[in-house]
Amino acid sequence: MNVESHINLEQDSKLLFEKSKPGKSGTPLPKRKFQNRNFGKLIPQSLQRASGARLPQLTESELIRHFINLSRKNFSVDTHFYPLGSCTMKYNPKINEDIAGLEGFSWIHPYQDISEVQGMLRILHELSTALSEITGMAEVSLQPAAGAHGELTGMMITRAYHLSRGDTKRTRVLVPDSSHGTNPASAGQCGFEVVQIPSNARGRVDLIALEAALDDRAACLMLTNPNTLGLFEDDILQICEAVHRKGALLYYDGANLNALVGNLRPGDMGFDIIHLNLHKTFSTPHGCGGPGAGPVGVSKTLIPFLPVPSIVKKDGQYGFDYNRPASIGKVKSFYGNVGVLIRAYVYIRMLGLDGLKRVSHDAVVNANYLRKKLSTIYNVPYNDFCMHEFVISTSNFDSKGLHAGDFGKRLLDYGIHAPTVHFPLIVKEALMIEPTETESKEMLDRFVDVMRQIHREANESPDILKNAPYTTPISRPDEVLAARNPVLSFRDIER
Amino acid sequence: MNYPNELRYTKTHEWVRRDGNVIKVGITEYAQHEITDVVYVELPHVGNSIESGKPVCIVESVKAAFDIYAPMSGVIKAINTALESDPGLINRDPYGSAWLFELSPSNVEEWDSLMTSAQYEQVIKQGV
Repeated sequence: MNVESHINLEQDSKLLFEKSKPGKSGTPLPKRKFQNRNFGKLIPQSLQRASGARLPQLTESELIRHFINLSRKNFSVDTHFYPLGSCTMKYNPKINEDIAGLEGFSWIHPYQDISEVQGMLRILHELSTALSEITGMAEVSLQPAAGAHGELTGMMITRAYHLSRGDTKRTRVLVPDSSHGTNPASAGQCGFEVVQIPSNARGRVDLIALEAALDDRAACLMLTNPNTLGLFEDDILQICEAVHRKGALLYYDGANLNALVGNLRPGDMGFDIIHLNLHKTFSTPHGCGGPGAGPVGVSKTLIPFLPVPSIVKKDGQYGFDYNRPASIGKVKSFYGNVGVLIRAYVYIRMLGLDGLKRVSHDAVVNANYLRKKLSTIYNVPYNDFCMHEFVISTSNFDSKGLHAGDFGKRLLDYGIHAPTVHFPLIVKEALMIEPTETESKEMLDRFVDVMRQIHREANESPDILKNAPYTTPISRPDEVLAARNPVLSFRDIER
Repeated sequence: MNYPNELRYTKTHEWVRRDGNVIKVGITEYAQHEITDVVYVELPHVGNSIESGKPVCIVESVKAAFDIYAPMSGVIKAINTALESDPGLINRDPYGSAWLFELSPSNVEEWDSLMTSAQYEQVIKQGV
């Protein structure tokens, strides 16, 4: 008999359905009490399934091992440094979880009477007030369930605003060529035509190109500030003036708010609409661990168009206000992902304004510390004072057949999550690095050492990078095969 | 890299083949090399009017999704449905079987404003 000696349960990637064996069971089911009743008669034929449910059959211990070992494969911000640019993978304080898990929050139901959920409504009301204050916007809706959902809501508000003025020509949304892919996607989803504005040599919006694109068809400019190169758009006041002079709106993509929070407000820069990613700046779970939350804030003029309902306080009681005839309507069932909203509320209350100022301060200091050190080793195309993140290019390794992704994969072997690769698109072979404020100097120094070592490997023996990672359960999934023939469930394996 | 002489080119890396009044469009060898393995192609609809310089369809690789821009204005006459089941054709045969769409130009003189093979090669050399 052949026994493979090195199979580690942690490395085992089989699905429950592949491990299943007929007849195995984890739970002794009680004897059926109504043996003689024919339940088939009580349920219409059309609602009955033709065959039994196909559930995997395993013992309790097999099941527990399966899930515990899966959990041990996590490569997360709780286990590893996670410098994934643009994503703000900051540490999520555990007090957020403690508070959100309190019975008073976790056991309420959205269909409960308003009088029984006053505490919950108060928190939502205070959170939206706090976010208004932090961003300098007149009112914030907490409904959108994620960043892109917030963008779509913002685009719907843009459309509603122009139409309300009888201005039907504004069919275009402008986005910089460094924008997040979700910006053109959200604008397109809302029926707008997308026009791309090139960046100038300093990696900022090209003002001349912007002026040229701003005609009476322009509905909105969507801008991320700092932009995806981690650079502050220092012409923001001129940009804002030009956009408003031409009757368009200025939209703030809050993806990079972590660079400014507490110190600078989008509302004060002149933005009309913003969305926030609570799962970035405000420390709620991010990535597949979601759900997310993408609150949308607007200037005073645009308040009538916000989604309904809004939470209002009247005579000491909290309630929902549906009386907004110009509203774009509801964008989410009930009132957003409230479990996530509680976590963001706790984060804001724990830090206070002084704490929030330190967040962006430290995020910017950490990023510049890394940029200074790494730019002596790697090519940093826009090597300017950066905000919370910066972009390395590995294009000088093209001749060795190495891509940015190879550097990212090698980092995994050193216990560091790969940075964002191939984004923003205006930098070839981009590695986008965002350390966040929650990393220590020791961790940043270790990252620099690892990056220096990988640089040496890339020069001396590039094959090490080409075949990395060596320490993960799966080394190099076939990305082409996966994209062309995706296996999305156990049923696809059997096909 | 190969840039056939009989084709014309755009700054956005489309190639254009002219056969009388029929125009065929694809992406260049340089473009397919840069975007790496193509995994999905979203083709335009036959009969659609397209405007020179505007996005017409999408090519998606393992790296990202890329807009393909109309090199000339006109009406889509045919699309290459073979790419739907085998998008990798773009990597294997960019100038041949991996054409994206055919169009009937509204102003055939636009052809003259497109880049020649030598001009396009110059653009690539200067770095884009």
